[in-house]
Amino acid sequence: MKEVQIAARQVIKHFKDVKAVNGIDLTIYKGEFVALLGPNGAGKTTLVEMIEGIQKPDSGEIKLKGMTWAEHAGQLHQIIGLSLQETRFIEKLRVRETLELFASFYGLGSERVEEVLELVNLTEKQKAFTDKLSGGQRQRMALGISLLNEPEILLLDEPTTGLDPNARRELWDILLNLRKRKGTTLILTTHYMEEAAYLCDRIVIMDQGNILAEGTLKQLLSKHVKGEIIDFTVDRPMERDVLPGQQAILNYTFDKDTLSGELLVTDIVKFLPDFLLYVQQEKIQIDSLECRKLTLDDLFTSMTGRHINQ
Amino acid sequence: MKHPIVLLVLTNFREFLRQPGAVFWAVFFPVLMAGGLGLAFTQKGELNQKIAFVGNDQTEEKSWSKKVGNETTGFTNYEFLNVGFDEGLVLLKRGTVDLIVKKEGEDYKYHFDPLNPEAQLAYINLTAALNGNQTLSNGEDVVPLKEIGSRYIDFLVPGLMAMGVMMSCMWGISYGLIEKRSKMLLRRMVATPMRKAHFMTALLVSRTVMSAIEASILVVFSWFFFDIHIEGSFSALVVLYLSGTLAFAGIAILTASRTDNTYVGNGILNAVVMPMMILSGIFFSYHGFPDWAVSVIRLFPLTIFADTARAIFIEGAGWSQIVLPVGVLAGLGLVCMSIGMKVFKWY
Repeated sequence: MKEVQIAARQVIKHFKDVKAVNGIDLTIYKGEFVALLGPNGAGKTTLVEMIEGIQKPDSGEIKLKGMTWAEHAGQLHQIIGLSLQETRFIEKLRVRETLELFASFYGLGSERVEEVLELVNLTEKQKAFTDKLSGGQRQRMALGISLLNEPEILLLDEPTTGLDPNARRELWDILLNLRKRKGTTLILTTHYMEEAAYLCDRIVIMDQGNILAEGTLKQLLSKHVKGEIIDFTVDRPMERDVLPGQQAILNYTFDKDTLSGELLVTDIVKFLPDFLLYVQQEKIQIDSLECRKLTLDDLFTSMTGRHINQ
Repeated sequence: MKHPIVLLVLTNFREFLRQPGAVFWAVFFPVLMAGGLGLAFTQKGELNQKIAFVGNDQTEEKSWSKKVGNETTGFTNYEFLNVGFDEGLVLLKRGTVDLIVKKEGEDYKYHFDPLNPEAQLAYINLTAALNGNQTLSNGEDVVPLKEIGSRYIDFLVPGLMAMGVMMSCMWGISYGLIEKRSKMLLRRMVATPMRKAHFMTALLVSRTVMSAIEASILVVFSWFFFDIHIEGSFSALVVLYLSGTLAFAGIAILTASRTDNTYVGNGILNAVVMPMMILSGIFFSYHGFPDWAVSVIRLFPLTIFADTARAIFIEGAGWSQIVLPVGVLAGLGLVCMSIGMKVFKWY
């Protein structure tokens, strides 16, 4: 049987009139990588900070390995590692000194600091002042601090926001490596769906303090959205009625200004040959054509009517 | 592996010492101030003062000077500006002159604000001089006080030391805490097993050491350049210094206990620091204020600290004289610190 690491039951948190977290239930098992995905203001950070013990729920209960913050704060601090959405470290402290300071809180010495510097690829930057680091280096240092105590549970709040694709990829590699070697349980908040899809076993989609859906990427897509997408650009407008394979079309939109269309169909393999044949017969010129699977953004849009990064 | 307190203290030192600007303002500015004010008030040169002169003969020259005084009392050089009365009045309003002398026949009339001490002094000097005497006295009855302890610099340095401790604690502790809170660094630190008591202990230790260094540099400088002496008990001064540091550290922690906004923090800090800086008699005695105000000013921790430090430096005070002020300062510090810690916002 899978071991429960984090259990949240009916957790509610208000800020003045805003219900930031609205009666959430969430169970996370040992070794799972879980993404909390949602736009800004979805309640991801509030939920994670309650799990981290930084905020107290107004009602409901959160247990980590069966322990609560009220009774076992000392033990819980030892087994969790975290990186906040925004921490600015002491500017005139060097990378190594910062790590040594945090290591001392866990009773760890410089050997562990060296291991972590290597793990997060900052050995070469260990003598740099923290205010001289790039965004990616700073995030890697924050990750390094969260990994000092070899945490059983790691909570990362938007660890790659604002990073360029290379820096993001570097951080992902470190996390995947960690999963392989340590079996750490991870909760990661993000509003990048590709990050959630790439890193995590399970994705929890949140909006306005609620969980809209959860499961693996495959489960979410197959359960909540049917179909595949064909995006195309042509040289003249096309009405839905004239298209072949009407029974396979789930949705169709066409922008007359850009002459681009989007078809949601049940099965691209079956639909596409008829579509191409029709275009050829009608002597319609295709400027671009792209077939793709549905993404989490499509899923989020279908659930809320908004894009996830809006 | 080093103890967290050691690393926290080291961190506080590094954070401070690696910012040359902070070191300058904390360490060298009080020294420069002591130097500047010390020189200004111990090496008094010839004073110059402008006087508006309204004569009845318009052909006289535009301006002329008259030196009044002697070697013992010092000289004042009065520069007379030959003007009309209305013009003289404008100069008086502007502060260019303190006094208008109007010649009426063979007599002189003096127009000035009797509440202005500079004008009053000029009047006394000039009446004597213009009536044919060099000054009211020839200076033989004047005994210049130049002994250590009676000079302005002797008054100034203990006050500057006390003010330095206040500034060091208020800006070093309060501003540091507010900044760490606004950077989410406090939140990040208490999300580890770090003990809050370790954090606060390190803050107190590092601040005590740093302001001790600052105070020592000031005292050594003043001893070297102005021959300042500590007439009273040195150990009593150390204990007073520690109790003063405790008082201001407590006030600093209470001041910084809630806000995470550096602008608000700035305002609160100034509201606490400015009244004491102005009123506590650091640069000039507060005894010129009305009696009711003096009794209030005497309750300020900076006043207690500075007055007691002066008593040790100048009057040779020892243990018996410092028990009460030390108790008050330490008690105030502990009370403020307890309240501050109780309401302290870590997150």
